[in-house]
Amino acid sequence: MTGTLRFGTPQILFGLAVAILVVFVAVPVLLIFFNALWVDGAFNLADTIKVLSEPETYRALINSLILASGVTVTGTIVGTFFAWLVTRTDLPYKGAMKVLFLVPFMLPSFIGALAWKMLLSPRSGYINRFFMETLGFPDAIFNIYSYHGIILVETMYLFPFVFIQVCGALERMDPTLEESARISGADLFTITRKITIPLVMPSILSGALLIMLYSMAHFGTVAMLGIEAGIYNIPTLIYERIHQSAGSFASIRTATVLSTVLVFTAALIIWAQNKILSGGRYQIIAGKSFRPTEIRLRGLRTPLLLFCIAYIGFTIVLPTVTIFLVGGLNTYGLPISPENMTFDNYYHILFEWDLTRDAIWNSIGLGFASALITMFAGVIISYVIVKMKVRGKGILEFLGMLPFSVPGSVIALGVILAWSGKYGVNIYNTIWIILVAYIARYMAFALKANSAALEQVHNSLVEAARASGATMWQALRDIVIPLVRPGMVAAFFLIFLPALRELTVSVLLYGPTTRTIGVAIYTLNEDGETVYAAAMSGVALIIIVTAEVVVKRFFKVKQ
Amino acid sequence: MSSVEITGLSKSYGDREILKGLDLKVEAGESFTLLGPSGCGKTVLMRLLAGFETPNRGRIRIGDDVVADAGTNVPPDRRGIGMVFQDYAVWPHMSVRENVAYPLKIQRVPAEDRDRRTNRAIGQVGLTGLEDRMPSQLSGGQQQRVALARALVSEPKLLLLDEPLNNLDANLREEMRFEIRELQQKLGITIVYVTHDQEIALAIADRIGVMDETGALRQVGRPDEVFDRPADAYIYRFLGVANFVPMHRVDGEWRFPDGIGRWTEAPPDLPGDRLTLGCRPFDIVVTRSGDGLPGIVRRASFLGAQMDYLIEAGGVTFRAATDSRRALSPEYCFADGESCRLTFRGAQWFDAAASDGEGGPR
Ligand SMILES: Nc1ncnc2c1ncn2[C@@H]1O[C@H](COP(=O)(O)OP(=O)(O)OP(=O)(O)O)[C@@H](O)[C@H]1O
Ligand SMILES: [Mg+2]
Repeated sequence: MTGTLRFGTPQILFGLAVAILVVFVAVPVLLIFFNALWVDGAFNLADTIKVLSEPETYRALINSLILASGVTVTGTIVGTFFAWLVTRTDLPYKGAMKVLFLVPFMLPSFIGALAWKMLLSPRSGYINRFFMETLGFPDAIFNIYSYHGIILVETMYLFPFVFIQVCGALERMDPTLEESARISGADLFTITRKITIPLVMPSILSGALLIMLYSMAHFGTVAMLGIEAGIYNIPTLIYERIHQSAGSFASIRTATVLSTVLVFTAALIIWAQNKILSGGRYQIIAGKSFRPTEIRLRGLRTPLLLFCIAYIGFTIVLPTVTIFLVGGLNTYGLPISPENMTFDNYYHILFEWDLTRDAIWNSIGLGFASALITMFAGVIISYVIVKMKVRGKGILEFLGMLPFSVPGSVIALGVILAWSGKYGVNIYNTIWIILVAYIARYMAFALKANSAALEQVHNSLVEAARASGATMWQALRDIVIPLVRPGMVAAFFLIFLPALRELTVSVLLYGPTTRTIGVAIYTLNEDGETVYAAAMSGVALIIIVTAEVVVKRFFKVKQ
Repeated sequence: MSSVEITGLSKSYGDREILKGLDLKVEAGESFTLLGPSGCGKTVLMRLLAGFETPNRGRIRIGDDVVADAGTNVPPDRRGIGMVFQDYAVWPHMSVRENVAYPLKIQRVPAEDRDRRTNRAIGQVGLTGLEDRMPSQLSGGQQQRVALARALVSEPKLLLLDEPLNNLDANLREEMRFEIRELQQKLGITIVYVTHDQEIALAIADRIGVMDETGALRQVGRPDEVFDRPADAYIYRFLGVANFVPMHRVDGEWRFPDGIGRWTEAPPDLPGDRLTLGCRPFDIVVTRSGDGLPGIVRRASFLGAQMDYLIEAGGVTFRAATDSRRALSPEYCFADGESCRLTFRGAQWFDAAASDGEGGPR
């Protein structure tokens, strides 16, 4: 190889890909590390440890750990149990049940938290009041402002991570493995214990780690339910520090140290997950679909069906109905009865109040713009990573991994550090800073969907175009883009839908006129406007569910 | 039409050297076939010619232009080539017509002209009527023909074909073989054709180059030359089923390995007392009696047009073949275990090393 440096299309694409990732992801993260580990320009780990051992910081770390572990355990049990129920037993209406168990994925957990607050807060929660006032209980039966409460609510929304993975594994598992055990005389219970469970263990663990990852970095539920009781986890403490002290040095430092911990934890979890998924055992599960043997539930059939229905009613229907009913109340706290109900709240939110109307349009606009930009950036970056042979690709592969392990609050904090004037550009308090953060946050989705699509496009298809006389750009335009379009559409919606209900990032970045739907609900609730918060949540649910259904229906996007 | 001139071409992946200092010249308007075993580097060579890989050393010249050497690497789209890939690479999102028309579209050929040439190319590969099908609705062989039409449509100066016929059935393969040959002669394009199927190679080529596992060119020449006067045993074996018999000379007479059977045809003109006799199944004439090497028919298999024999004679096992018409006539119809006589119509002699480690046909 000669040393001549050629500068052509590949180099341009490579440079572009690196630039996007550096500007949007690497710089913010590096600034956080720098702020966390350097003091006055010198590397100072001792000071970092000092920050970590401050009682409040330390407490937040422990809380994140307690909450994440709790949710992981309960979510994994619930997810595995339901997955087994709908794939391996003769439970009636299994198909419908499977769809219903996935509904929590659609719903934003902070809206759920709001609903549960209205139902189970110790003094004013409707359920607690029902027990105290009507049934004469001396005390509230359940206090949602507690570790238990937070774990309970997060579990309801996060168990589908395990549910999906385990359903998939159980459906793909080669039944001959079980059959051969059966032939050698094992009963179904033994088979389940000795064959089935070990075989789906990687899926269970991988789903569990996803719950853990998500819960560690989760803001909404803890913010809604924990702050009241003084329970802070890492993201909520970052939020509290940034908001309370408006950018004082000490608070930024605490926030960056916490963020650093979060990034490393996330990286560790992702590493463990890759390790499990690439482990040998996973391969016993074949790619095809089989018809697995079903366990006959016999006498338990009806009770288990009722249990599932009750679970769905309690975790999906009850909170949703509560949101809509409270959103229609004249004043929060009134009993829910026809004479107290009105549509005025909804009307006010949708047509009169700038704060909420702006929030809706902001969220839709941000979702659309970030999805579109990130989708195209994702195609370019994945193309370079998957398809091109250029020197220095290793750097890009590393940068491409980065977005996967950077949680939302970290992104937001990094974006604040990078874009609030210190380096020449100040977009703080504008909608642009949220857009920049969304691009960084959702880059991982775009990379995943697009690389998956690109892997399917065989190299020789592009080469055939080149041999037909097409330049690299023409080949990209005529062959690659049309072939990865399904991946791009998927990427678009994988970004647009979650961006609609985003809270963690925007809550750290919003300004007076740049609230998102999530921020609007959160701040209304903070300000004690519970009825408006509920009404806004109702509107949000309608928007989100409509968008989800339309997308699934017309684009067949799989999550 | 363009000539192709390759000088000192080397290519390695990591520390594995696939091609080492390859030299080759293909004349303008020539149909050149590169024959070699799987994994020897044929596709790598094609990709170097097309410009998808950069050589580590050496130069490639297409026509008057140096397209690759130290410092130059003309991208594929500016080499004026047409190429058919080993895995067809038909674009799944375009119809047959769109696939074939694409090179013309890129060249901005006016619509009328484009349609005419597209239809002609589709006709040439026998896909008329399937223009609007999508590739997923075509068989493997039909897809291969789409790829061929797409490579032909722009009448490239140089056509690179990487096993373009390996997925067709025997009849179609033969038909396409003639078609390609005819087109090549009519249009006068230069073809470099890569295959490991010696039959196609012999039929389609003006000249053949035979590569070995190490990526070196063993012999280059006209098909009949290479077939009739192979440079070494490797090529002889590669071009068809061959018997290799270690022979030795006793008192000026060439003997078979059993030390009894004698070679009665023209003696070899190679020096030494130990040589290898190479002969093809068709070189051996099997008779019931007469002169010739006595042998025993171990197995006779009827293969349609020909009868295949395994015959023990002279201390080795020969593979022999006779056309069925003759083999089925009562006089020549051998049952397993019957004795026979072998005479040789043709033979190639190689040095003793050629038969090392083998006592019979391969
Ligand atoms: N991109 C690559 N990286 C590393 N090794 C490669 C690459 N491409 C080819 N090789 C190696 O080079 C050798 C020659 O491969 P090539 O594809 O040219 O074989 P071939 O002669 O075309 O075989 P076939 O007849 O099976 O198509 C093989 O051993 C292959 O493993
Ligand atoms: Mg090949």
